[in-house]
Amino acid sequence: MFGRGLKTLSILSAVLVTLALSLAFFYAPEDADQGIRQKIFYIHVPMAIVALCGFVAGGIFGILYLRTRDRAHDLRSYVAIHLSLILGVGVLLTGAIWAKTSWGHWWLWDEPTLVSFLIVFLLFACYQPLRFSIEDPERQSRYAAVFSIVAGAWVPINFIAVRFAQEANTHPRVLNASGGDLPGEMRLTFLVSLVAMAVLAVTLWKYELTSKHASMQLRALRRKLTREEDDLPAAAPRSAAPQHL
Amino acid sequence: MIIAADTGGNYVAAAYVVFLALVLIYVAIMAVKLARIERELGELNELAERREDRDEVEALQ
Repeated sequence: MFGRGLKTLSILSAVLVTLALSLAFFYAPEDADQGIRQKIFYIHVPMAIVALCGFVAGGIFGILYLRTRDRAHDLRSYVAIHLSLILGVGVLLTGAIWAKTSWGHWWLWDEPTLVSFLIVFLLFACYQPLRFSIEDPERQSRYAAVFSIVAGAWVPINFIAVRFAQEANTHPRVLNASGGDLPGEMRLTFLVSLVAMAVLAVTLWKYELTSKHASMQLRALRRKLTREEDDLPAAAPRSAAPQHL
Repeated sequence: MIIAADTGGNYVAAAYVVFLALVLIYVAIMAVKLARIERELGELNELAERREDRDEVEALQ
């Protein structure tokens, strides 16, 4: 069900990530101002964009769940947010490293882009504890869907708000009305890195969906087999993740 | 390609190591889950075989 196309995606991810890394280190020129330090850009920015898109996707699957009550959408939403949180950790860490080498500080509290991303990350970090706090699976899915929609809608609003806060920007701007100010080689490398990160994220998302669905099917099989047997526990342990479709 | 540490090369390496580590940790967690699924499948297979044997004995009786 969820595993279809996983082999192709895995191969594509490996090829694209290798290509992106090769372009970043052997094709893209060094930045005149930042030098080699600018290479962090090819990993930090795509990771941030994909993480934010993942949060929004979590909200979209939340809407689909509320409209259809199909628990597969709840699972898709859960895994999208889970994966985006992991990417978010990567964004914060690589961003801090880049800030330290470029600005001399690990973190700047008066920089809107940094603080807004941290707020989004912390907001979505509440998603799993919220799910875990609700025992009834139907209520868990419903409340989690509402949370993902509200938090997901906040991501683009937050992005626009940061754009309006122009006066305090130390953080560079990649995307603007003219399509960015990158020279050709850098732009190509950035676009390949972005596609590679997106394909990698989709692959890991499908990988986790397949794994969770396999666990669900196993539990269902166990329930069927243990209906007459007493030697295996039939009840699923309490979890933040959806337990059945 | 030689990356000079004094120009921030070590920071670049650290950033890419963070990315690689995250992906590897993710894959490692998935591998642990896969091993658990395999173990549980083995348990269920044993259970199904036991039940099959019991049904055969009951049929013979």
